[in-house]
Amino acid sequence: MSETTSPNAGVTPVVGTARVKRGMAEMLKGGVIMDVVTAEQAKIAEDAGAVAVMALERVPADIRAQGGVSRMSDPDMIDGIINAVSIPVMAKARIGHFVEAQILQALGVDYVDESEVLTPADYANHIDKWAFTVPFVCGATNLGEALRRITEGAAMIRSKGEAGTGDVSNATGHMRKIRQEIRRLASLPADELFVAAKELQAPYELVKEVAETGKLPVVLFTAGGIATPADAAMMMQLGAEGVFVGSGIFKSGNPAQRAAAIVKATTFHDDPDVLAKVSRGLGEAMVGINVDDIPVPHRLADRGW
Amino acid sequence: MTAPVIGVLALQGDVREHLAALAAVGAQARPVRRPAELDAVDGLVIPGGESTTISKLVDIFELREPIDKRIAAGMPVYGSCAGLIMLAAEVLDGRPDQRGFDGIAMTVRRNAFGRQVDSFEAPVEISGIDGGPLHAVFIRAPWVERVGPDVEVLGTITEGPAAGRIVAVRQNNLLATSFHPELTHDRRLHHYFTHLVHTTA
Repeated sequence: MSETTSPNAGVTPVVGTARVKRGMAEMLKGGVIMDVVTAEQAKIAEDAGAVAVMALERVPADIRAQGGVSRMSDPDMIDGIINAVSIPVMAKARIGHFVEAQILQALGVDYVDESEVLTPADYANHIDKWAFTVPFVCGATNLGEALRRITEGAAMIRSKGEAGTGDVSNATGHMRKIRQEIRRLASLPADELFVAAKELQAPYELVKEVAETGKLPVVLFTAGGIATPADAAMMMQLGAEGVFVGSGIFKSGNPAQRAAAIVKATTFHDDPDVLAKVSRGLGEAMVGINVDDIPVPHRLADRGW
Repeated sequence: MTAPVIGVLALQGDVREHLAALAAVGAQARPVRRPAELDAVDGLVIPGGESTTISKLVDIFELREPIDKRIAAGMPVYGSCAGLIMLAAEVLDGRPDQRGFDGIAMTVRRNAFGRQVDSFEAPVEISGIDGGPLHAVFIRAPWVERVGPDVEVLGTITEGPAAGRIVAVRQNNLLATSFHPELTHDRRLHHYFTHLVHTTA
């Protein structure tokens, strides 16, 4: 062995670092993550080119229709999906439900979504995500919310949108808002960042980092109401780094074809000729609900803070 | 000396990190999504990402044949993680229809180290790269199980349960790593590849 051994040499491999958690999300960029409720759907998603699947018991549209308390999925069902596909499998835990998250980690899921789509388990605290080896993705409607989740250890952020509606307007609003607030921070002189941090209710160091780099320190995806290739491409043009599609695929007339079309549209989001081609002949899109028609207490995006 | 033009296959994955790393070592880096864009580059990087997705999109957007032709003509290619899988002659634990390029005579195993909770960082010494081991980031990473006679093994895991596993290889102008140098600030591997492209072009 040489005398000038690097300080790292001989160090046992380290798991669960911020770099491997955030890095995992970097690898999903430019891709589509699809909600699935069975192993068969997971295979259809993988066949269509999904970069990951989100295993859950009911898609948001059904959660919305059926009501009641919505919780983490049955471990048997998650296992079935893990065994059915080779791509990463994500699963949802309730906001603040750290034991559901512990169970999901023990099952070997690749990412936990601390999700407003499920009924919150804690109306004051989110999960301390630093305490886990598995990485977390969290929803946000604005920059302050995104930064609070990152402070708690989230390794990936997604817009919330309004899940289960097929109405993309809220996702549009959240993406625009987050990007707009980042641009504003980047334009501020250094001595105004202290007050900006106070207004965003986020730690100064993180606010300063965003102001300097002009981006979040983690990957930003979009979610909530995406139902067509054009929806996915619009979110990408608005600055999303990838797309979650919930009810939009398996509540549509031809899931396999629509899933493949959304994958292609996400890659070529800036090429209208490709978008026109992939938008043809997809059959029925999911039947939507206008967000405005949903009574305010039933809106999922308002969960989390 | 003019800077070599190096493309990053930009169908899916951590394209931006590779573009930044290549630019930092003086290459002219640009994304490649279309056959015409491939024609304009001297070398190609296949980024980290989901290999099943990239493999599918390579076929859909008709890039397989042009890339295979360029590889046959000697174009240097570097693949990290999913890119290593895309350069492998044989893939274990992949999808049955998953196909890489006509690349390196090696057999790789997908997600060989385990699931995301097993993703890790570790130092890896790379032969041909001076200055001590690279700090290597492995994310649901593959490893190389077997290599053909023309493949040079550049690096292996030295510690822990996977000690001895091959994670960096080279066959002529084709270079591949299981890990992601683009996720660190250490640019030595991108410098090594850019130099390879420059001397080939």
